[in-house]
Amino acid sequence: MKEKHYTCIICPSGCEITAVLDGEKIVSITGNTCKRGEEYVKNELTCPMRTLTTTVCGFSGRPVAVRTADAIPKAKLFEAMAEVNAFRPSRPVRFGETLIADLAATGVPLIATASEEE
Amino acid sequence: MKERSVLIVGGGPAGLAAAVAAYDAGVRDVLIVERDSRVGGILKQCIHPGFGLHRFGCELTGPEYAERYAEEVRRRGIEVRTGTFVTGVTPERVVTLQSREGIEEIRAGAVVLAMGCRERPRGALNIPGTRPAGIYTAGTAQRLINVEGYLPGRRVVILGSGDIGLITARRMTLEGAKVLAVCELLPYSGGLARNIEQCLNDFDIPLLLSHTVTEIHGKERLTGVTVSSVDENRRPIPGTERFFDCDTLLLSVGLIPENELTEKLGLPLDRRTGGAAVDTDRQTAIPGVFACGNVLHVHDLVDYVSGEAELAGKAAAAFAKGELAAGEELAVTAGAGIRYTVPQRVRRGETAEIYFRFSDVSRKVEVYAEADGTPLAVKKLLRAAPGEMQKLKVSVPADSANLTIKMRPQA
Repeated sequence: MKEKHYTCIICPSGCEITAVLDGEKIVSITGNTCKRGEEYVKNELTCPMRTLTTTVCGFSGRPVAVRTADAIPKAKLFEAMAEVNAFRPSRPVRFGETLIADLAATGVPLIATASEEE
Repeated sequence: MKERSVLIVGGGPAGLAAAVAAYDAGVRDVLIVERDSRVGGILKQCIHPGFGLHRFGCELTGPEYAERYAEEVRRRGIEVRTGTFVTGVTPERVVTLQSREGIEEIRAGAVVLAMGCRERPRGALNIPGTRPAGIYTAGTAQRLINVEGYLPGRRVVILGSGDIGLITARRMTLEGAKVLAVCELLPYSGGLARNIEQCLNDFDIPLLLSHTVTEIHGKERLTGVTVSSVDENRRPIPGTERFFDCDTLLLSVGLIPENELTEKLGLPLDRRTGGAAVDTDRQTAIPGVFACGNVLHVHDLVDYVSGEAELAGKAAAAFAKGELAAGEELAVTAGAGIRYTVPQRVRRGETAEIYFRFSDVSRKVEVYAEADGTPLAVKKLLRAAPGEMQKLKVSVPADSANLTIKMRPQA
């Protein structure tokens, strides 16, 4: 049996969660105060997921804030960054629009979280 | 002189939420004065997620959170003057505005102060050494990257483990910089636990607790910093010096409420919060002058800023209409283990939500309000940390002589 300790990143409460493992098998998950904490730890044990927020170079040349619509594998963060930084829009970016449909082959789109200043 | 029922100084999250609440309380001539070209305040550069979980039940980025309130303001047709600076407010609520159009005075029925806070600069730290380029506050670096589009450096040391420093460490790493270490003077971090996890641990950035920068090197540009361990009195320990070869030093060493206008008004500041003292309506000692958000006390979550601003906005509207409830007040004292409370005054016989911060890090504690030696409300917490604001709902007794918020270990 092995214990692994996590600080949940799903919300600002930052629950300290302990997972007890028997080889690959999860024996117990304790310390979480909601269901999402359990899910978080299960993901951490198999494929840690993170939401990526960054900027793209906007049509005007100035940065525009973007995010992945959902979490993507942590292991793909830098590959995703390279793709985002190579992206150039063909017109001014609008709040909420999808800029890249499938970011770094994750199946997750990249969306704008701000509009370019007019 | 022009008149407005409610004038709000600052168009950040506090100002926007206060304006919406004032409007919804029945005042139609609300004016927001904002010095930047756009509303949204610091949220515009906080492109990371983590905002809105309490308020909207989902995780938004800073610009998305700001947009929700900006949209509410637009929908109500609330007047916003951007590119305009407030240079003075009098106790009679005459507000002086300065913009490209010139200087103008407006008489306000009620004023809401929502100027936010500023970062503590290098000058406040007295770090010995030279004065090269390459030293920024973490928020300045964040603005350079996310708004201006510049990466401030390649090899980075961060002093202070506040949330902005942690967030910027991740941001710079994602953009290709190498963050060598985050140094924290205290034996614990003031940042949220989740940020230490997802901003530092995710990228193997070391967090050096009880460490500080003891010398800055470099003539034109920063060439490195010396980092030392500190003892329990926060004094550097000789012989523990380590040199870090870096071109950038970021400071994330605290935020200070921006109260220049408040002080000009003649309002004394609470030394522990750095803001004015207020009652449950977030009204200051000057009738009709309200304060909310980071100008009142530095928050860790914008969700609480919005909530506080709604109280202030609603009360400001009531004051402007001559309908603000009054009552006999009782001072709230921050007792054992509590650094401060907001509000600092409550009304007798009412239920008040009292926000507070702990003085220190500890585990398994109970927080309670005590009136004349009797505990009123008890809340158990697994973890107490100064970086995480908490609240306690208290029914304020009609006749007690005092009210103190205290902490003790769980029995």
